[in-house]
Amino acid sequence: MNKVVDIEKIKPLFKNGMTLMIGGFLACGTPEKLIDLLINLNVKDLTIIANDTSFPDKGIGRLIVNGQVKKVIVSHIGTNPETGRLMNEGKLEVELCPQGTLIERIRAGGSGLGGVLTPTGVGTIVEEGKQKIVINGREYLLELPLRADIALIKGSIVDEFGNTFYRGTTRNFNPIIALAADTVIVEAENIVKIGELRPEDAMTPGVLVDYVIKGGE
Amino acid sequence: MIPNQELAKEIIAKRVAKELKDGQLVNLGIGLPTLVANYVKEGVNIIFQSENGMVGMGPAPEKGKEDKDITNAGGVPVTIMPYGAFFDSSMSFALIRGGHVDVTVLGALEVDQEGNLANWIIPGKMVPGMGGAMDLVVGAKKVIVAMQHTSKGQPKILKKCRLPLTAKGEVNMIVTELCVLEVTDKGLVLKEIYKDTTIDEIKSLTEADLIIPENVKIMDI
Repeated sequence: MNKVVDIEKIKPLFKNGMTLMIGGFLACGTPEKLIDLLINLNVKDLTIIANDTSFPDKGIGRLIVNGQVKKVIVSHIGTNPETGRLMNEGKLEVELCPQGTLIERIRAGGSGLGGVLTPTGVGTIVEEGKQKIVINGREYLLELPLRADIALIKGSIVDEFGNTFYRGTTRNFNPIIALAADTVIVEAENIVKIGELRPEDAMTPGVLVDYVIKGGE
Repeated sequence: MIPNQELAKEIIAKRVAKELKDGQLVNLGIGLPTLVANYVKEGVNIIFQSENGMVGMGPAPEKGKEDKDITNAGGVPVTIMPYGAFFDSSMSFALIRGGHVDVTVLGALEVDQEGNLANWIIPGKMVPGMGGAMDLVVGAKKVIVAMQHTSKGQPKILKKCRLPLTAKGEVNMIVTELCVLEVTDKGLVLKEIYKDTTIDEIKSLTEADLIIPENVKIMDI
């Protein structure tokens, strides 16, 4: 029942060419110690699915700057000039997806759904190559599910079983990506014993979590 | 023309603030739209949403009291009101697409007489991404574009947007430092003008066709 491990133990999980989902919104709620680990391991050709590419010196932004990323699927890259530069040089593939669509594609991937229908993007370049479906006279785009090999999550209080509580706005993508990856790793600011986190406060149920590591405060 | 940029922004923010009604749930975009919160009249309670995951967003914290876990959609520390709530991004965009947000206020690169909006990409030059803008514009009950009337003297209110769209036909109102325009089935109706401009000046700085009613009001701010 105790999923807390030393960070050394999870090193072998990471391989070149993997697809990772990483929590956080402009680095708020991003597991920085796991980003440190990825940088130390220097795994390459990663595909990263996340809200944004953060700032050059924070969170996912550091992986971009370090040249470890082959492709990103995100809603926003404007706060990290390095993402734009690498994209323009043809060294980084960028798939931009509306934020609300992106989170629902991930939720679909983790919830056994074959896709979602959204009006967002109709009449824009976002609709290119996508199936349009009319329901009750309104046009919707069929957006397909997303999944990853590993999801990296940041929790504020996590019990040894992996039940996770998120403070403030750190929740963002974290509980949704926890559904959509084969392996889920939580970086915990605080680790507590089983029973010390009220079941009502488990925003991510521990059953979804494979490993818990201790992060920084 | 209002050459003073700060004054121009203040006029826009003050006028947009007057559109917000007591009890509404409102999302303000990054940049100029954020200033709107400073001009909401006392006694008018607006609930602000931040799409990264909260309603009831409060003012900036005092220096030294920032909480790294409470930020807005620009990544900047903010506060939350006692009635506020935090949630994940799926809930946040359910609120947005589901029509639970009353008003969204956004900036624009271009807007046109059919209510089309372009504000997320200049191909080959600037590609920040759409973030939450496409969902907000499609989902909010009322879409207000808050922007300076021209960019380097060039019109931004066009007959037809030239840049890739954020959304098609979703804009309801355009507020600039010179005027207030309403988007209707027939086109853009000039509702109000700023006290120091004229209808002729507005026409000369606008590419779109304007419908000019007999009683154009002076902007009350």
